[in-house]
Amino acid sequence: MTSAGDAVARLVRDEGTRVLATLIRVTGSVDVAQDATQDAVVRALQMWPVDGVPDNPRAWLLVTAKRRAIDILRREARRAGKEAESMITDAVPARDDLLRLVFTCCHPALAVEAQVALALRTLGGLSMAEVARALLVPEPTMAKRLTRAKQKIAQARIPYRVPPDEELPARLASVAATVYLIFNEGYAAGSGDSLVRVALTAEALRLARMLADLMPDEPTVLGLLALLVLHDSRRTARLSPTGGPVLLADQDRSRWHAESIKEGVSLVGRALRRSPAPNSYVLQAAIAACHALAPSYAETNWDAVVSWYDVLLTVEDTPVTRLNRAVAVAERDGPAEALPLVDAIEGLSGYPWWHATRAELLRRLDRPAEARAAYENALTLDLSTPQADHLRNRLADLKEAEKPEETQEPPPPP
Amino acid sequence: MPSYLALTYTADVDWTEPEQAAELAEYREFMAAAGAVVPGGTALYPTATATQVRVAGGKGGDVLTTDGPYAETKEALTGYYLLDCADLDEAVRVAAKLPAAWNGAVEVRPIIDFGG
Repeated sequence: MTSAGDAVARLVRDEGTRVLATLIRVTGSVDVAQDATQDAVVRALQMWPVDGVPDNPRAWLLVTAKRRAIDILRREARRAGKEAESMITDAVPARDDLLRLVFTCCHPALAVEAQVALALRTLGGLSMAEVARALLVPEPTMAKRLTRAKQKIAQARIPYRVPPDEELPARLASVAATVYLIFNEGYAAGSGDSLVRVALTAEALRLARMLADLMPDEPTVLGLLALLVLHDSRRTARLSPTGGPVLLADQDRSRWHAESIKEGVSLVGRALRRSPAPNSYVLQAAIAACHALAPSYAETNWDAVVSWYDVLLTVEDTPVTRLNRAVAVAERDGPAEALPLVDAIEGLSGYPWWHATRAELLRRLDRPAEARAAYENALTLDLSTPQADHLRNRLADLKEAEKPEETQEPPPPP
Repeated sequence: MPSYLALTYTADVDWTEPEQAAELAEYREFMAAAGAVVPGGTALYPTATATQVRVAGGKGGDVLTTDGPYAETKEALTGYYLLDCADLDEAVRVAAKLPAAWNGAVEVRPIIDFGG
């Protein structure tokens, strides 16, 4: 596609999402709105590259989609023997339509998997088949999931509304979690995975930018966008040519995307200035900014990283956060200080990176037998192939280093 | 026409016992405060009083009456409330004021309006 064609496609998609949001409000049906918008989008993609983009693309799409929606509603009404409702003729876009759609898709009464699927389908404008491929779910399963979610919205009457101020923080957290999950799905995808899966990171970034556009003063939204932008700045450096993960310590920092880092760091500043209380996304983004600004792993400001983790623990005291803090302590104070912290964390025996972190610290403390056991424990747990390969390499290095020692002095019998 | 049913799941207590008085008072407070949107509802005797009825061999067959079922989980169905709310957010707001929401859980289900 030409770049002009790309621009038209992007415009159609962005405006299509807004038109969909308005039509859901006036028709009260996600399905009818989706069919009608899809129809208008297809027409626009056929006509605009030939006839030129109309002066007001959104109005064009809305009028076209509205006509189609009226047709669908009339047909349905005839089938049901009812009069077609005329409510839709005066459909005008409202400023909050897109936000309404965001909060409905990410309503906590919907299962998280349903929220992710709905967000990609309606806000992202992906086809059902694309959503299924991106989330590694068979198409019939995905179709059922989306149908059930839309049914619940209709039958349980999940409102199409922006939540009131007192409910906004909790509801925003739910929205941010959904977008973050979409990003991570794409981030976890290796080079062997389908392109549509890898494209989930771009999709999540688009959604986060849209949220920041709609709610420019919400710390959660700014923090989320900052976090995604900073993670994304390392995209090309975090995978080896064979598709395996490259640890933060080993990444070629000259391949980090400087523009993204600049944007991310400035977003962290904006978010911090707007945070009346510590906010989990803003704090995670602040930690990511410390890494992004360090000229090398060794020169990272570990003091600052540990301090941000201390604050993060006041709002989100989870075992994984404690583990990450312990890793930063290891860099600041050494492995001997960090190991007791790691050992004291409960509830992570099923988490491969807890074992892998112990293994790494034990290796640095020159306790190879224990380190080996910890690597082996990690490898019995659920890991992606490149991650498991990485740990196997560390284990092999360890055995290599041990060999001469073993020939000279066999270990004592147990 | 009430639009939602809120089912309360809590410890399988006997609401008529004196030790439940304090909690029962909280339910009365709820009814007093939310009465306008709660057209009906009440507490149930514990599951030890439950009777299961089945008709063997299809319609018109023998009526089989058995004791139970007792609650096998920590939380049992101990009451129900009809809610008259316009949408799920409103229903959740009302349900969150039921003592069961902090002593156990409240299940909110939309009621079908058959239009009759």
